[in-house]
Amino acid sequence: MTQFLAMGGYAWYVWMSYGAVALVVAAEIVAVRARMRRARANARVATAAAAPPAPRFDPARSL
Amino acid sequence: MNWFKYASPASFYPLAGRIAHVCAWLAAILTAVGLYLAFVVAPTDATQGESYRIIFIHVPTAWMAMFIYLVMALWSALALGFNTRLSAMMAQALAPTGALMAFLALWTGAFWGRPAWGTYWAWDARMTSTLILLFLYLGVMALRQAITDVRRADRACAVLSLVGAINVPIIYFSVRWWNTLHQGATVSLTSAPKMAATMLAGMLVMALAAWAYAIAVALTRARAIMLEREAGAAWTRLAAGVAL
Repeated sequence: MTQFLAMGGYAWYVWMSYGAVALVVAAEIVAVRARMRRARANARVATAAAAPPAPRFDPARSL
Repeated sequence: MNWFKYASPASFYPLAGRIAHVCAWLAAILTAVGLYLAFVVAPTDATQGESYRIIFIHVPTAWMAMFIYLVMALWSALALGFNTRLSAMMAQALAPTGALMAFLALWTGAFWGRPAWGTYWAWDARMTSTLILLFLYLGVMALRQAITDVRRADRACAVLSLVGAINVPIIYFSVRWWNTLHQGATVSLTSAPKMAATMLAGMLVMALAAWAYAIAVALTRARAIMLEREAGAAWTRLAAGVAL
């Protein structure tokens, strides 16, 4: 395992490369999912605002 | 089949969700297989030792950086030509992923260049044109942020994307046109690859993983953009998961 991590003396270069890719990919996934959640929540509020108000039940007028 | 059916966000939204879901799983599986090939199966390079293993992420990210730009330019052309709102949303969704791919191509290239050439950075033709690619992506994203009116931002970004597309063939052919530090193409459609079969297999699997990842993440972002822009429209009521 130690030998594998040492990468034949190139550990700094190899792991800085793979580490950066892992970090960026993880960050993008988290950011996109968060954006999706925000967009969903916002769309819910907006549709609620756009929807016409529910008619109130008025027994006197239903007669 | 009527392709224009999917030019409407209302009908493309669920389809994009299904494609993104499949591609996300594909990306995970291909990455696992690709990393296994890259670190376990592929042998140590005779001249570069283990440092060459950066190729398995450097080449896929560099390919994606160029390819995503071309796809973004294509959607931009469709947005300008047909004035379909979804085309502009797709172009908008691709820019951040393309920028990240360009950044990673430069970053991994720097960490490969140091052991291979003795320097993290040189003003070499391919590196410089790839840096310009990153700036083009950032420019498109900044331009969108700078214009409040969405439709005007769409048109401005589309024009900038199309003009910048000239940079992609410059990157691709830079190693042929100029006598430069970066090596020539290792893999091309016209000649046999100049590398061991297992190395090539690992690189291609990682490239497919990058494709699947880019499709999944860009389509998910496109879905978010569809909801953001069309919030209040009747179809988003269902899409956002509200039973009314």
